[in-house]
Amino acid sequence: MAEATGIKDILKPENLVYNKTKIMTDNVLSYCPGCGHGTAHRILAEIIGEEGLQSQTIGVSPVGCSVLLYNYLDIDWQEAAHGRAPAVATAIKRLLPDKFVFTYQGDGDLAAIGTAETIHSCNRGENILIIFINNGIYGMTGGQMAPTTISGMKTSTSPYGRDVKLMGNPLKITDIVATLPGTYYVTRQSVHTPANVRKTKKAMRKAVQYQKLNKGTCFIEIVSNCPSGWKMTPVLSNKWMEENMFPFYPLGDIKVPEEKSAQ
Amino acid sequence: MEKELRLMKGNEAVAEAAIRAGADGYFGYPITPQSEILEYLMEASPWKTTGMVVLQAESEIAAINMVYGGAACGKKVLTTSSSPGISLKQEGITYIAGAELPCLIVNVVRGGPGLGTIQPAQSDYFQAVKGGGHGDYHLIVLAPASVQEMADFVGLGFDLAFKYRNPAMILSDGAIGQMMEKVWLSPQQERSKSVPAWATTGKPSTRKRNIITSLDLDPNAQEVFNQKLIAKYNEIKEKEVRYEELRCDDAEYLFVAYGTSARVCMKSVQLARAQGIKVGLLRPITLYPYPSKRLNQLADRVKVMISVEMSAGQMIEDVLLSVNGKVPVHHFGRMGGIVTNPEEVVENLKSKIIGG
Ligand SMILES: Cc1ncc(C[n+]2csc(CCOP(=O)(O)OP(=O)(O)O)c2C)c(N)n1
Ligand code: SF4
Ligand SMILES: [Mg+2]
Repeated sequence: MAEATGIKDILKPENLVYNKTKIMTDNVLSYCPGCGHGTAHRILAEIIGEEGLQSQTIGVSPVGCSVLLYNYLDIDWQEAAHGRAPAVATAIKRLLPDKFVFTYQGDGDLAAIGTAETIHSCNRGENILIIFINNGIYGMTGGQMAPTTISGMKTSTSPYGRDVKLMGNPLKITDIVATLPGTYYVTRQSVHTPANVRKTKKAMRKAVQYQKLNKGTCFIEIVSNCPSGWKMTPVLSNKWMEENMFPFYPLGDIKVPEEKSAQ
Repeated sequence: MEKELRLMKGNEAVAEAAIRAGADGYFGYPITPQSEILEYLMEASPWKTTGMVVLQAESEIAAINMVYGGAACGKKVLTTSSSPGISLKQEGITYIAGAELPCLIVNVVRGGPGLGTIQPAQSDYFQAVKGGGHGDYHLIVLAPASVQEMADFVGLGFDLAFKYRNPAMILSDGAIGQMMEKVWLSPQQERSKSVPAWATTGKPSTRKRNIITSLDLDPNAQEVFNQKLIAKYNEIKEKEVRYEELRCDDAEYLFVAYGTSARVCMKSVQLARAQGIKVGLLRPITLYPYPSKRLNQLADRVKVMISVEMSAGQMIEDVLLSVNGKVPVHHFGRMGGIVTNPEEVVENLKSKIIGG
């Protein structure tokens, strides 16, 4: 006769389908519920673990909601000033060319205050990975307009919606860096569904390989949500993102290596 | 290996000394009157010999943040600039101080404010010794008065920076950067292979991860860190004061001057002594830590001190603090990129102080 199954019977190694990755620390994430930052961290941690890069990696964290990223991944970290991560990473990679070096930056960090550092490190073809979390808003400082805020979008500094005549146009910085000779692989992804998570992970794995081959800058934009800044539930924010962000920031590869595209 | 004698500009001496000191990286952006440093390094191409990285950055902001990245890897890295560029670097400098990273920053000062002039000045004293960027911090500041010291202070600056995990600055000026003198260069030092325990070089399984940051959201922890910095600065004040004295023994009047102004005052001392005026010179070599104790002792013996500086009067505040009211302190100096001449220093002493 079958006995009733308790939690103890389920918690068995053979039943394990999902686990905390080794590279994630036990620190509690500081993110709002449903925020894409945590998912993006997890993917990065998986890649570093699976590729055996823990002892080879130096990460550069930004100023933004992910400023404490260095508490969440068990690797060596440098915390850069607002927008300066690509300059910091440039020096790390040039002085330690055999290491895996990446930056992780928000849209205010990368596409406003750090625009020069972004453009020039990409243009020099620094052999680093730039992970760019585009949530169309300044999450950390309370939801102000970002360079990426789409037309008509309400934020605390565009309370009636972004008026592009008055406030300027949203900046597609990823498309700009894709035009630069120094970038090797430029792609725009998201992390709001399991399918998209898999695609983002694949992109990160490619970027790791390309960095090993000294191919130049790899740039992965992740269009992400900010439920708090957007003032929406996590579910609604993802729906809003699909309906409003993706048409302006379409997902997919923007620049792929020439040998690949020639095939 | 023997030292090597060369005739060089101060700026070139900095570049050559950096290579020979075994520097790992230089990051800079052109600005007069110090562009020779980057030009010299590019021509010397040390990446082919010692492996030193040299990179022309897109701005001083990028350059100082490259220094942050390199220093955080435990590498010997430097940047150089002149006043307007040093202003741009202030953000990075305070992050470097806050993250306790060793590095060398050279300021070949020109007159300001704003775009100012490309001629030499000493008007960045406050910025260099009082902090410069936001927050409570100090740089170790060295003031060369010759091309020889431009070269020597590169190695000294790196040594002090690593000893205290603190950014060091060489506060020079356009005159010393541009003038040519003979200089004895130290033999080539090998680039260091040792990695400081705190450096971010990839986390092996044998240690905890290294995190280089200046952030602490907990005010209690931040205050503990501020106190740690103060303790470090106090140790620096205790151990690292450097200065030079010229004819102070029987001096009734004392010039206090650094860098180019000190060179001028050496001549002024000669001229005044020839006229029977008992004057001496104290030349601070470290501007932070400042030779306050020595000045306070000298204040017991001299009648007046004169802070001679190519500025509206900045270092004079440290002289005043040092003597703490014991003797009157005057300021004399030219501004706007004009180098004070020895005769006018003596003339000022005679007419405004002795006769006044
Ligand atoms: C020099 C400087 N200016 C402004 C700030 C304040 N600040 C902190 S985070 C931030 C914006 C972050 O937005 P984003 O990069 O989009 O990251 P998110 O929080 O959205 O992930 C700003 C303006 C700062 N820390 N430093
Ligand atoms: S404010 Fe926005 S970006 Fe920041 S943690 Fe919350 S949801 Fe995420
Ligand atoms: Mg953002």
